[in-house]
This record gives sequence, C-alpha cells and structure tokens, in this order.
Amino acid sequence: MTLDLSLPTAHDDSKAPGKTSKWLAAVPLAFLSFTVGIPLIIIFVYSFLARPSMGVGVIWKLDLTHYVKIFVQDKLDGTRSFDTRYLKVIWNSFFYSGLTTVGTMVLAIPVALWIATRDPRKRILLVFLVTLPFWTSILIRTYAIRQLLDEKGVLGKIATTLGFSDNFQILYTPTSTIIGLVYTFLPFMILPIYASAERFDFRFAEAGFDLGARKMTVLFRIVLPQIAPGIIAGIALVFIPGLGSFLQPDMLGGGKTNMIANVVANNYGQARNWPFGSALSVLLCLITLLATLMISLAARKRKEAKV
Amino acid sequence: MKFFTPKIGVAIALAAAVSLGLSACGSSAKTDTAASSSEFPTANGGEVNLYNWTNYIDPEQLKAFTAETGIKVNLDTFDSNETLLAKLQAGATGYDVIVPSDYMVAQMVSLGLLENVGVASFPNGKNIDPNFMDVYWDKGRQYSAPYMYGTTGIAVNTSNAAANKIASWKDFFAADSATSVDVLKDQTEVVSAALRATGVAAADLCTVDKSKYAAAQKLLEGFKPKVIDSDGGIERMVKESSMVRMAWNGSVHRMGVDNPKIKYVFPSEGLNFWADNLAIAKGAPNLDNAKIFINWMLSPKQGAVATNFTGYANAVLGSGDLLDPAIKADPAINASPENAKLATPTPNCPTEARDLYTEVFTSWTSSQ
Repeated sequence: MTLDLSLPTAHDDSKAPGKTSKWLAAVPLAFLSFTVGIPLIIIFVYSFLARPSMGVGVIWKLDLTHYVKIFVQDKLDGTRSFDTRYLKVIWNSFFYSGLTTVGTMVLAIPVALWIATRDPRKRILLVFLVTLPFWTSILIRTYAIRQLLDEKGVLGKIATTLGFSDNFQILYTPTSTIIGLVYTFLPFMILPIYASAERFDFRFAEAGFDLGARKMTVLFRIVLPQIAPGIIAGIALVFIPGLGSFLQPDMLGGGKTNMIANVVANNYGQARNWPFGSALSVLLCLITLLATLMISLAARKRKEAKV
Repeated sequence: MKFFTPKIGVAIALAAAVSLGLSACGSSAKTDTAASSSEFPTANGGEVNLYNWTNYIDPEQLKAFTAETGIKVNLDTFDSNETLLAKLQAGATGYDVIVPSDYMVAQMVSLGLLENVGVASFPNGKNIDPNFMDVYWDKGRQYSAPYMYGTTGIAVNTSNAAANKIASWKDFFAADSATSVDVLKDQTEVVSAALRATGVAAADLCTVDKSKYAAAQKLLEGFKPKVIDSDGGIERMVKESSMVRMAWNGSVHRMGVDNPKIKYVFPSEGLNFWADNLAIAKGAPNLDNAKIFINWMLSPKQGAVATNFTGYANAVLGSGDLLDPAIKADPAINASPENAKLATPTPNCPTEARDLYTEVFTSWTSSQ
C-alpha cells in the first residue's frame, strides 16, 4: 500500500529478461508527485500559517495555534477546556469506517467465494456485474439510495404496507450513513478477495471434507487463511478511503454524523479557516498513515508466520 | 452712408438676429451637452460587453435593449464570483458590465477593480428600493446597482397546525421534533438566525460580544432538527417528509408549485438576503454604454422582465405590478414592502466574529 519511491539500483540490467527500464516509472512518478505531493505540501504549509482578518486564505505569518485548537476549546464564557468535539469526529470516522469494513467483509467473502467456484466463463460475467455500479457517478447513486430509504420512498411504502409506518426513519440516521458506505465500498472488498479466492485450489477444501472436517472448520482453517491476502487488501481499500468519506454522512446522515472530511469541508468553506482545515487534514493524513502501517504490518506478520 | 441702404440695413439686422438666434441655440445646445456628460450619457450606438452568470439574463431582454438603444450587447458568462475576480485580477480588459455578488462587490471595491459611476444619481437610480441603498458592500450605491436577490426564511406546511403557527426564528428553533423541522447546513444562516432569535439587531450580527453567542448557543442546545442538509430540500417539503424548513425563497416558490400548502414565512426578527449586482469594471472600454445599460435595467419594466426570467426577486421599485401572474402572486418572491424591510444582507463578518460563529456551529452540530 505504501508508495515505493526508491528508484531501481544502478546494477539493474534493463536488457535482462523480466527486467524493465527505470525510466518506465519516471512519468507516473512525476505525475504522482505533482498531483499528490504538491497539494500535500501546500496543506502542510498552510496548517502553520495565520489568517487574514477579513476574507479567505492565509497570510505568510507563522501561527502554531491551529494544532492546539484541535484539543483546546476557548469557550464562550471565557474559560478554556479540553475539547472533545474534534476527537469525537475522529472517533466517528474510525467507527463508521471500521463498521463499513466489517460490513463489506461479511458481505464480500461469501460473494467472492461463490463467484470463484463458478465455471470460468460465468466468473467473467459475475465480476463484470460487481463493477457495474462504477458506470454511474457516485453522486447520482447516493441520490438514488436517498430515494430508496426515504420514509416516503420505496422502503417507506413497504414499511407502511407491512404496518410499521410509525417512526419509520432510516434516512438521515447513522444507519443510513452506514448503508451508504457499505454499498459504496462493497466492490472494493469483493474484487481483491475474489482475486485471492480464484487462485485458491478448492481441492484443498474437498480434502478437508474428506478428512472429516466440518464446514466451519474448513472455512476458518483452510479457506480463510488462503484468501487472507485478498481480505487484507480489501481492508486497505475500504478502511483507509472510508476514513475520509464525505458524501455519505453529508447526504444520507442528515448532517448529524459528522466525519472528519465534513468538518474539514466546513473550515474551508463557511468558517473560512483554511489553516485549521489544513491542520485537521494533516491529522487525517497521519491517522491514515498509521492505519496503513498497521495493515501492512499485519500483512507482513502473516507472511513471516507462513515462512 | 452708401452702406446703410435700407436693404443692407435689413440684411444686417436679419443676419444679426439670425446669428444671435443661432448663437443662442448654439450656446443652449452646448450647455445641454455639458449637463448630460456630467449627468448621464445618451445612446449613440456602439456596443457593451456584459459578463454575467450563466443563464442569468433573458436573451430577449438583451435584444430589446439593442432595439431600443442601438447598442449591441456581447454576452460572456462565468460560474462563480471567484472566477470573475480571477479574470479581472489577471488584467482582463474588455468587460464593461459585470455581475458580482454582495461580498464580492466589497472585495472588488477595496481592490480598486470597479468604476465609481455614482449609480444612485442615474436617472433610474430613484427606482432602487431604499432597503437596498445602504448595503455594506456599497454604501449609497456608488459602484453598483442591485440585480437579483434572494432571502433565507422559513418554509412551512400550512396543513400542520404547529408548523402553521411559526412566525419567527424563535418559533422555528422552539419547534418540537414531532413537527419534523429541517435546517440548512449553513453556519452563517443557522447562527445568524439564532442570534436574531435571541434579540441581536441586524446591524449587530457581526458582534464580537461572546455573551450574545452564548445566548444563541443556549437556544440551539434544544434544537434537534430531523435533517441538516446542504441542498434545497424541496422534495422533502413537497412529499411532506418535513413540515418546516429553513429555506431559500426561490426554492419555496418551487415547493409551492408542487404543493400549494407550502408557504414562505418572513421571520419577524428579520432574515438574510444575498444579492447580485450590476457594476462596471475599472477601465471599461464602453463606459457610457455600460451606464446606459445599467440605467435601463433599473426601469420597472426591465426589472420585471429579469425576475420573470430568473425567478428571483429584484430591488426595482414599481416592478412588482409588471411580473408574471404566478410570480406576482407569490409573496416569497414578490415580497410585500413590510416583508422586504425585514431582509438585511447576509452578514459577512471579519475573522474574529466568524470564529465565534464557527464555535457555536461546531458545538451545535457535534451535540446532534
């Protein structure tokens, strides 16, 4: 998951079979450092700058208070106290992203295994179906989910016919945020797990059954350890981007389940506090980095244990 | 005295009379020209370059202007105030009339990007609604004329008894959750409304008195809306998922079209408006034509034509009677004078006050 920035060593013989020229990586690396590196540097620098007294932007004056402000609240009655509001938002980000990861995993593993056990021609079609949502913009799909979950929408009508229309409210609750997140990230969990499962030789599972293992034993002791790399890749692809979710809490959560990206957006928008928004972004980057390290550490441990 | 034959005498007298008369005519013509150049130019063909928001003026209206004045209009469009600012700051020349929003006028005046043409003294300057004369971005209307404006008030469904009683921000924030209230996810709108509800005057909405914000925060503590969202929420009101909503007047007009039970309430403590303005870019190549265009747009008839096309309200006195019946009949857009008086510009606070808004808003959203 981490970006490997080390260039190939001088001994590289690009003519040797299976080796490529180091210049192949030059263009993508330049592109990435331009589109990822430079904005990150700008955000980092902004987080240490002061604000103008009117209007937007930053002024070139050192101001270190933004990081303090994340943890210390200057209350309206003039007192200062430990600020739990932003920590709560960070906790929300972890909680919703974590729940999304678990949710997508529970849904994705059976689907991936099922696809992997179809005959090869059908598999292609099924994988294609998994990627179908990408054909439409995420914004439009989120609006569609809103129609679905609305108390006066499809789900609401079903609930009314079933007789529990009173207090039927899923849309604009945390539940609706999670439904939206799981829906959005599901393909990112299915695809890597499927890629692992496809390579798994299901005769091992058969052998397990032949030796008298029960279904659960086969699943947990034979199948899951073999597809674990796919699961770990899936976790990385869901949990990490999930931390920075903006659309689902905003559009489906009724604005009440703020995640960190929503707070950053408000600081860049109405609050006109770019440095504070930048400080929060830097914090989000650090958290993401930490999560990435943890996931790759878990992956390495697994590899070592295997060896 | 050969010279003074009666014939010649008559001729001289005639010539004198004619030349006197001519010079009288000439001098009067001269003073006329002088007066109009210090007062207002007259149309003399040529062109004017209009830089406007996309789809924000009736093309037919521009044709009518050309037909009446002989001045050709070249239209170019932008999509945000920041785009407009960037264009002018980059030294774009060739724009005459531009259409910046409220806060952007203030910024452009301070950057010296607008011509001070004394809009209020234009012949049609008298048609500007007095409520829109002394706005913070252009006190006394020197640089800009009002174009379209919109207010942020309350949409209520009159079929709901509790909703129907709401007449103020105080009522709005006190509405119990059973009434299903929606609110805009907009820090400026929410906090300024709470400040108004706790007795802060419109002119004082950028106060830095923390006790005022503490009172607003206290009011908001009990306010648990069903939805806090950043889009218009038209559908939710039309489908009656919600009965009350903080809403823009333009969207309430659209709600009313689909659900006639919905009406727009001007809160008694007052409400915010945003406004777009016609202004002239510094160094405009067709300064006189730009003045003529703005003056022409300030006539009641053209104000009405603009509103009929955009669906937003204008600030031109006397245009109300000339509106399309559907818009004319909607008090959300064709506000009564009493209601129009309640609207004051959306506060554009300096950093110190804005931080207090952020503080109140952050505390409120994180307690939801």
